[in-house]
Amino acid sequence: MARELDYRRVMEVLGSREQFAQGDVACAYGAILGGCDFFAGYPITPATEVAETMAVLLPRLGCAVMQMEDEIASLSAVIGAAWAGSRAFTATSGPGFSLMQEGIGYACMTETPCVIINVQRSGPSTGQPTEPAQGDMLQARWGTHGDHEIIALAPASVQECVDLTRLAFNLAEEYRNPVLVMTDGEVGHMREKIVLPAEDEIELVERCPPTNKPGAYVPFRAAPGSVPEMASFGTGFHTYVTGLTHDERGLPATDDAEQHTRLVRRLVDKIRDDTERLTRVEVDSEEGAKVGIVSYGISARSAAGAVRIARAEGRKINHLRLISVYPFPERAVRDFANGLDRIIVPELNLGQICHVVREALEGEATVERVSRIGGEIIPPEEIVRALIEGGEQV
Amino acid sequence: MFNQARKIRDKYIRDEMWPSIFCTGCGIGNVLNYTLRAIDSIGLDIDRTVFCSGIGCSSRLPGYIEADGLHTTHGRAIAFATGVKVYKPELSVIVFTGDGDMAGIGGNHFIHAARRNVDMTVICINNFNYGMTGGQVSPTTPAEDLSTTTPYGNLEEPFDLCRLAIGAGAPFVARWTMGFPYETITAIESAIRTKGFGFVEILAPCPTGYGKANELRDAPANWDWYKENTITRIDLAQLSPDERSANRKIVIGTLWKEEKPEYIERWRQLVGRLQADSEPAKSS
Repeated sequence: MARELDYRRVMEVLGSREQFAQGDVACAYGAILGGCDFFAGYPITPATEVAETMAVLLPRLGCAVMQMEDEIASLSAVIGAAWAGSRAFTATSGPGFSLMQEGIGYACMTETPCVIINVQRSGPSTGQPTEPAQGDMLQARWGTHGDHEIIALAPASVQECVDLTRLAFNLAEEYRNPVLVMTDGEVGHMREKIVLPAEDEIELVERCPPTNKPGAYVPFRAAPGSVPEMASFGTGFHTYVTGLTHDERGLPATDDAEQHTRLVRRLVDKIRDDTERLTRVEVDSEEGAKVGIVSYGISARSAAGAVRIARAEGRKINHLRLISVYPFPERAVRDFANGLDRIIVPELNLGQICHVVREALEGEATVERVSRIGGEIIPPEEIVRALIEGGEQV
Repeated sequence: MFNQARKIRDKYIRDEMWPSIFCTGCGIGNVLNYTLRAIDSIGLDIDRTVFCSGIGCSSRLPGYIEADGLHTTHGRAIAFATGVKVYKPELSVIVFTGDGDMAGIGGNHFIHAARRNVDMTVICINNFNYGMTGGQVSPTTPAEDLSTTTPYGNLEEPFDLCRLAIGAGAPFVARWTMGFPYETITAIESAIRTKGFGFVEILAPCPTGYGKANELRDAPANWDWYKENTITRIDLAQLSPDERSANRKIVIGTLWKEEKPEYIERWRQLVGRLQADSEPAKSS
């Protein structure tokens, strides 16, 4: 049963297609336009407005929204709802994201479609709750224990909060994996014009339902690197779901090295093998440049400013913006760096994605960073200065 | 009796999971039996029933039932169950948990679920210790008792899980021991029938973990301990006020029952109210 969005009803609730909206609110709009029908969350600056907006909108669409007792319970309820058939999500920031790590690993291991929005704030610990940061970028990739793959998108504008949150729901269903929308306090709290999609632009991708009848259905059977069919609870398929290493039937096989290897390799490969398909980048190149910027999220706005200033001064510079951050678009980064001597990575942290960029380039170009913490976004001039004088060492 | 056991087994057990992981003298298998009998007696549709659990010996139970099962992370079963039930209220949701899982790492979810009053049944198998990891002290281990992490005696007072559930607002709360199979089955039936958060605590032996450290190594010794250390609510009521206040035995029976508004009912009313409201949406 393909899911259809009741577009007319949704737009009655969301209002005009063109709005001047805040990033967090735009994430909520994107979720609803992505078919979301359950939200569970816990208040945390600067992500609270996502929960508040969902609390206003979802009940009007006949769907439930819950404030749970903490972030652990929030993601747990989301995963439970997902197994009951929901397109569910939660939204949080640094401290809550740390608490959700075990649940993220559980969702990876049990192949549960779900979306987590992280409106990143300045850490470590309680840090600067109201200030933007990009300090959770490596935690997003490696925060939960054990081998796994993750899909992560990084909006650089309020419009992208709508678009990438919508996309996140489809990718979660298609790959049966948690999908992270890594926004930040700046994108989350700033206001920009957004245009919501028209009815014919909406497409809801759904988890693949069982093609066999109950009894013949094997819940975790899939070819290497592929995604199994998924029977939601209450449909008569008697699916047992466990975070333990399990066989194709879903039953525990904890002391079986071969089963564990096959399972975890498949969970990793189903995403890693599809990196090209999952890659979304924006390239702004010109002939003869020797230096390039690799950016993502709010720092991509600073980078775009730097490109304008540098070019106005007659300097040549290229720019690659990562819209999808994980699986890391290695080939796109390598292609971009081809012929360049230096790559500058501006980030609101003391160096995270720059390490991944350097690993991808394997010495083909020097990687430098422009790091800023403390709560202000990077002034474009700082990136221009790095272009002229060199950035910080990675 | 044998025929009925066979009927229950054939109807509900996931054969591929047999034999179970449970030790000799363990009470968790009995709880599975009692629960399945309660389900059978009520006539619950097994295709529309989801069993959730956390981590620990008791949390392995959903795997043995031929039904949808969600074996989750440590302590979080009730939070996962909340998502299942609230998203798809037509499903019946039963949580199996233990004293460590529910009252230790999951204590916060337990009290909030009792307060929130989402319609579900939580069956807590209390064996006074963390059995899966080999017999460590838990939030229900009696004071002074021994465990591998309290080798000189437990310095802490145990939780009374039922008083905790009542205090947090659960509309149905009962506690029994393995020695009262029919009462336990009836209590589970009542918890399932309760419109809201039904809580049943079952004291069950762990001869391998708690028992080995506390001279309760064999099953009969455990059953005797329950006889000596528990008193039914009705028997307690027969005692004089002085005797009652001096009572240190664990009280068993149906300990609380009330009707109160259930979460999903309230949510349905809210949705109905919003639909009736013809005002245009206010979105932020």
